[in-house]
Amino acid sequence: MAATAFSASKFTQSFSLNSTRSVDRPPLFPASHPLKTTPSSFLGSTRKLSLSSPSSSTSRHRRRPCRSPAVVAVSEVVKEKKSKSNVSLSNPLITKEEGLELYEDMVLGRSFEDMCAQMYYRGKMFGFVHLYNGQEAVSTGFIKFLKQEDCVVSTYRDHVHALSKGVPARAVMSELFGKTTGCCRGQGGSMHMFSKEHNLLGGFAFIGEGIPVATGAAFTSKYRREVLKEADCDHVTLAFFGDGTCNNGQFFECLNMAALWKLPIVFVVENNLWAIGMSHLRATSDPQIWKKGPAFGMPGVHVDGMDVLKVREVAKEAIGRARRGEGPTLVECETYRFRGHSLADPDELRDPAEKARYASRDPISALKKYMFENNLASEAELKAIDKKIDELVEDAVEFADESPLPARSQLLENVFADPRGFGIGPDGRYRCEDPKFTEGTAQV
Amino acid sequence: MAAMLHTIGVASPVASGGVFPDHQSNKFAVSSLHSLPMIRSEARSNLSSLHESYRAGKLIAKAVATKGENAAASGASKPGHELLLFEALREGLEEEMERDPRVCVIGEDVGHYGGSYKVTKGLAPKFGDLRVLDTPIAENSFTGMGIGAAMTGLRPVIEGMNMGFLLLAFNQISDNCGMLHYTSGGQFTIPAVIRGPGGVGRQLGAEHSQRLESYFQSIPGIQLVACSTPYNAKGLMKAAIRSENPVVLFEHVLLYNLKERIPDEEYVLNLEEAEMVRPGEHVTILTYSRMRYHVMQAVKTLVNKGYDPEVIDIRSLKPFDLYTIGNSVKKTHRVLIVEECMRTGGIGASLTAAINENFHDYLDAQIICLSSQDVPTPYAGTLEEWTVVQPPQIVAAVEQLCHSNGRISCN
Repeated sequence: MAATAFSASKFTQSFSLNSTRSVDRPPLFPASHPLKTTPSSFLGSTRKLSLSSPSSSTSRHRRRPCRSPAVVAVSEVVKEKKSKSNVSLSNPLITKEEGLELYEDMVLGRSFEDMCAQMYYRGKMFGFVHLYNGQEAVSTGFIKFLKQEDCVVSTYRDHVHALSKGVPARAVMSELFGKTTGCCRGQGGSMHMFSKEHNLLGGFAFIGEGIPVATGAAFTSKYRREVLKEADCDHVTLAFFGDGTCNNGQFFECLNMAALWKLPIVFVVENNLWAIGMSHLRATSDPQIWKKGPAFGMPGVHVDGMDVLKVREVAKEAIGRARRGEGPTLVECETYRFRGHSLADPDELRDPAEKARYASRDPISALKKYMFENNLASEAELKAIDKKIDELVEDAVEFADESPLPARSQLLENVFADPRGFGIGPDGRYRCEDPKFTEGTAQV
Repeated sequence: MAAMLHTIGVASPVASGGVFPDHQSNKFAVSSLHSLPMIRSEARSNLSSLHESYRAGKLIAKAVATKGENAAASGASKPGHELLLFEALREGLEEEMERDPRVCVIGEDVGHYGGSYKVTKGLAPKFGDLRVLDTPIAENSFTGMGIGAAMTGLRPVIEGMNMGFLLLAFNQISDNCGMLHYTSGGQFTIPAVIRGPGGVGRQLGAEHSQRLESYFQSIPGIQLVACSTPYNAKGLMKAAIRSENPVVLFEHVLLYNLKERIPDEEYVLNLEEAEMVRPGEHVTILTYSRMRYHVMQAVKTLVNKGYDPEVIDIRSLKPFDLYTIGNSVKKTHRVLIVEECMRTGGIGASLTAAINENFHDYLDAQIICLSSQDVPTPYAGTLEEWTVVQPPQIVAAVEQLCHSNGRISCN
């Protein structure tokens, strides 16, 4: 079969349990695949897990399984491909255009987040700001497969999801600055990025809160096809959330409902191993999150989330499944955030060696290397993209700086879609008819 | 239009609400803020004349219609039909589901079982299992799912089998239902209806006897309404479904079998208006849901004793209809609030504050608020009876109010 050279991805066969059609394509990862025996770079891989005991919290370092020295993950793909005699060397996984698109999106995410940090420390944005550095491969790998009509639901770490989905950098930066030109008119902030135009359904502060919303969006897609008879409605929803969320009730309840009704949704776990200061291993009885998919009757896949090409391959399959009406998939992406949980987090608990290991697997460097080795782009072309993105981000900051702050008149708008919800005042008029209402000073 | 006969003797100002911008549209468009017509009840402007006509024994109430109508009764046209409150709810729901294919029902046992109180009986066979969705027992998640569906274009009616169960959905109701329109800068609307039976029943125990209106009332961005008669149940259900705002519709376990004759014509009530149950002169009694009936029972006694109380069913728990309430206070100068909610932080507490703030100068006496005891509702029948307000207490309170100046008050 075609070279699908991925390590540590396990696509279980359980989707045939509730699928009404036979699996007529060869499974992505058959049992005899040579790479199944390759040591997994996943922290909690089956082979090593039995050695770790959850109670030894002080021996955190010792519990890490020894793994091969940090090799840029993508080059494993290249090595494997080179070793197969029937695969031509000039058959990379992406085209040049695709590669440049992926690169640009990831660099945009990275530069934007770096700029956020700068602006925060300069007092331009406030509150809780959670940066995505290091996890770009997941956002880019998945979202670039979506159409505009597909929906994305995120968490508080949502800037880069917004950017990948197409929300302009200007709108996101303005929102962070609390300006009225922000995507949510300054009313949402860092943790509540919404865009109706781009079908970004938020931005949620409580973890797990967005998963039911994503399930609802997927329900609408199914409803439109089956009840409203819009035969071509195949919109897919992606729900992004972290490892900490996978111990939350809403996660499990939605896995159940999505599998039960075969909703067109992909649950993407961005397992960066840490929930603020709580290590995933200290919080989870069975840290292999992908296993929780089959428990509910959907495939559970694990993928190296530092490698955008691997993520893409899994994303393509999972999104394709959903679009074809075959139901949900749970994808666990092993990834890492290079910065603290938020800009207020001193990040003292994480082992510097762990951080260094993941830093050497930087998804952007990895893609860059891949593109060079496969002659997909030159140094100059990538540098041009870097420069373009720098200018874009600078422009976003300038735009946000120059944008106006929300006026008082904005205070009472948007509380209700129908402002009659503020009720009828003592004078018999609706409160919203009071001229002070539009000034934001009415008593409601 | 129709001259309507109320078996309970209620005059209800109704609003003409048939002119919504997306009346016939099936598009997933969000109406803009400024395109909404400000619809006011015609009865509002001639409230006093309505009062007169009630006094005269003739009652004319206007049902919703898109065609013009004249104020005079055109005689009894259609006789209306009699049904029970839960059937009225179902009728309203069914009509809205026929009118707009985006309206769907989500809840436990709403489909094949027909609803634990039969409000959705027969709807699943008619509309299908996806439109009347039986959910697993996961309130927070299926409420959130309803909200996600509402954001993406559907109009779900989310049922809590008992309102108390929706405590599990508080996260979604507060954060997403109430706040999401605002935090998204107005981009997403959540035209969801959350409904279910609540209130103190017959020895159901503490957890099945909760009154969630007090917990929900602080959530910004939602409207709370409570129905009490088959007529207003159907009208409020329809209004709630048509509203672009998220609305929580409180039903009461003990009121589902109330019977009333309601119009055959379509009508939609106004979510923000209160209902004048019995005009009077001596004292304003504000109530809602089941306590309305305890009040009306007390009123029989009071009338025999020579009092003339004005009874208003506030219906809209959030926001309060301060116009109807205010006009009444200005007339009678005495207020009694009778509610089933808890004493602390309940609807009555908020209403007392609102009346004191807005109409303090018109009050001749302190507001009396009769609420349920701050006690988990006991199972034992005798104890349960003592936790809620009973008619003798209402009679005593009115007497106290009217004698508070040392003389029987009259205006």
